[in-house]
Amino acid sequence: MIWWAVLAAGLGCYLLKLAGLSVPARALDNPLVSRIADLIPVALLAALVTVQVLAAPSGRALTVDARAAALAAAVLLLLARAPFLVVVFGSAAVAALLRLL
Amino acid sequence: MNSPTRRTVISDSLGVGIATGTYGLSFGAVGVASGLDVAQTCVLSLLMFTGASQFALVGVLGSGGTPLAGALSALLLGTRNTLYGLRLAPLLGYRGWRRLTASHVLIDESTAMAVTRPTRDLARTGFLTTGVTIFVLWNLTTFVGAVAGEQIGDPRDLGLDAAVGAAFLALLWPRLTTTTMRVTALLAALVAAGAVTVTPAGVPVLIAAGVALLVGALTSTAPPADGADELDRDAR
Repeated sequence: MIWWAVLAAGLGCYLLKLAGLSVPARALDNPLVSRIADLIPVALLAALVTVQVLAAPSGRALTVDARAAALAAAVLLLLARAPFLVVVFGSAAVAALLRLL
Repeated sequence: MNSPTRRTVISDSLGVGIATGTYGLSFGAVGVASGLDVAQTCVLSLLMFTGASQFALVGVLGSGGTPLAGALSALLLGTRNTLYGLRLAPLLGYRGWRRLTASHVLIDESTAMAVTRPTRDLARTGFLTTGVTIFVLWNLTTFVGAVAGEQIGDPRDLGLDAAVGAAFLALLWPRLTTTTMRVTALLAALVAAGAVTVTPAGVPVLIAAGVALLVGALTSTAPPADGADELDRDAR
């Protein structure tokens, strides 16, 4: 099942790119389409952050644990304009340290 | 950047490409930490080759979502590449097999390094230099990260589960430039948090995408420039 998702979503993402270079640019003239296309990544990424950090590993509940502290560290690193890899692995280090304590 | 030459476009693109290409290290580590094997993680980088979608797929699977929910999240995030393509198509002017191959490296960074160029030649140079550099490095570092990640016993001991949230936040951060974007992000986060308690894993993210439709429809009277110049800002 994982292979199926990897291959189907991989092909789908390629076709989405190809469609952009192939369909007439008129599609963008619709301001609603253009605006929603800008907003979708923002909504999805915000939701992914939330679920990744707050969803309980056991299932349908919210929980605050080392992941929340790690996300706070990521915010501080982003405010300090740290590079992507520093943000990601710095945040992981905070979670790892807290679990050691 | 005043009147860029081919040379400056190439060096700028290489800089962005090298910096971005190394993110693959974190994707590789996170991929195997989320339950994929090394081959699946590497095939994602080869075939899908769009970072946020790849992180979304493994993130949803890692938190217990179904492969279908993971694939749908990846595809929804991939729709922004369609938008980039629409903007770039007249500038790049690719046809036939060139279009088929160029499409594969149509991502955030290659778009940003091409969209502001004054001529077709410079746009193609920026697009291809950035895209190909990232493609090569991203796949190499994905493999290294995945193999290294597999040597680790419990990925939680290294905080790799927390790294996924940080990666999503770092991808989101540069997009939060307007009030509309910030409100959308906040609403989507709240909707997703609420949905976690009542829907199966993976579904909350898809429901939150509805926030983008809602905000987009409700702000139809606002000035159309809001958020539409996002790429121009990225490229500066």
